[in-house]
Amino acid sequence: MSPALFSPHSEPRSVSKGRPAFGIPVLAMLLALASPALAVNPDEMMKDPAQEHRARELGKDLRCLVCQNQSIDDSDADLAKDLRVIVRERIGAGDTDDMVRKFVVDRYGDYVLLKPPFKGTTLVLWLGPFALFVGALAVVFGFYRRRRTATIQPPPPPLSADERRRLDALLKESGK
Amino acid sequence: MRRALFLLPVAIFAVLALLFVKGLTMNPRDIPSVLIDRPVPEMNLAPLPGRGEASGLATADLRGRVSLVNIYGSWCIACVQEHPYLMEYKKAGIVPIHGIDWRDDPALGAAWLKKHGDPYDRVGVDPAPGRAAVDFGVTGAPESFIVDKAGVIRYKHIGPISPEVWNKTLLPIIRELQK
Repeated sequence: MSPALFSPHSEPRSVSKGRPAFGIPVLAMLLALASPALAVNPDEMMKDPAQEHRARELGKDLRCLVCQNQSIDDSDADLAKDLRVIVRERIGAGDTDDMVRKFVVDRYGDYVLLKPPFKGTTLVLWLGPFALFVGALAVVFGFYRRRRTATIQPPPPPLSADERRRLDALLKESGK
Repeated sequence: MRRALFLLPVAIFAVLALLFVKGLTMNPRDIPSVLIDRPVPEMNLAPLPGRGEASGLATADLRGRVSLVNIYGSWCIACVQEHPYLMEYKKAGIVPIHGIDWRDDPALGAAWLKKHGDPYDRVGVDPAPGRAAVDFGVTGAPESFIVDKAGVIRYKHIGPISPEVWNKTLLPIIRELQK
């Protein structure tokens, strides 16, 4: 039987019999070749490739405020398109990357940056995970240390004369 | 002490549950505006066709009186929802309402006002890429800004204005600023 993997008549068992399911590697290769569909339209692009590259890099870090979890570079929303156009205008006018970013942040706040800046109001955001990690480590260390101290106990006191007599009696009883 | 340790997961769960409940009841569209207490951006927007030569919206028009600036567009569905209330508030004559016809064909923007009524004193057209709207930090339509006598933005409302929003939030702010 030919390895017609996508034929509805092929038995599913034929794959598990050891014939390599080459459809999956092929699919993986095709997926690797696929590039994400960028929302940037050719007519928005700048003539200078270096400037266009800067606009792209900036766009990746700017949040689309309509879809919120996409960058303006990825989003098809009208507002994202407007911001892409305006970012390119600023670059064309000679703004540095920081100036462009400031231009957008001045209007939309830090929220527009997909990578929040490190400052007073974002300290918890940036340092919180590390603080939690250190806290967790402390708990784990505390746990193990207590376990170790629990196992290292002082040796039990020697048997008293009465206990020794009872032990001997028991041993004798069991025939040893 | 030992027993308290068993309660720890329960306590963590309770804290997380509280956080999630809080998160669920928050509106992710309510992005705090950085433009509060900043002067209205520089703009000089063209009028809508058929509304008169001098009916466009410029920065200087927003000085001298408390005003409400409303971002709308003929393509905006939620704007239809708030529009009857804007008509009502215009009739009440408490505050001048100005419109910015955002990302719109001016002819469509004008036709939309003919159909639904025109509550605006002045309307400026802000065609794509919506420079004035971006200067206002607009994230969607409708959005409304309360501007004080000095031409400073004092409040931003995202989404349609309802009688509840008007009576509980916007009107008290307007009244306060008008004093």
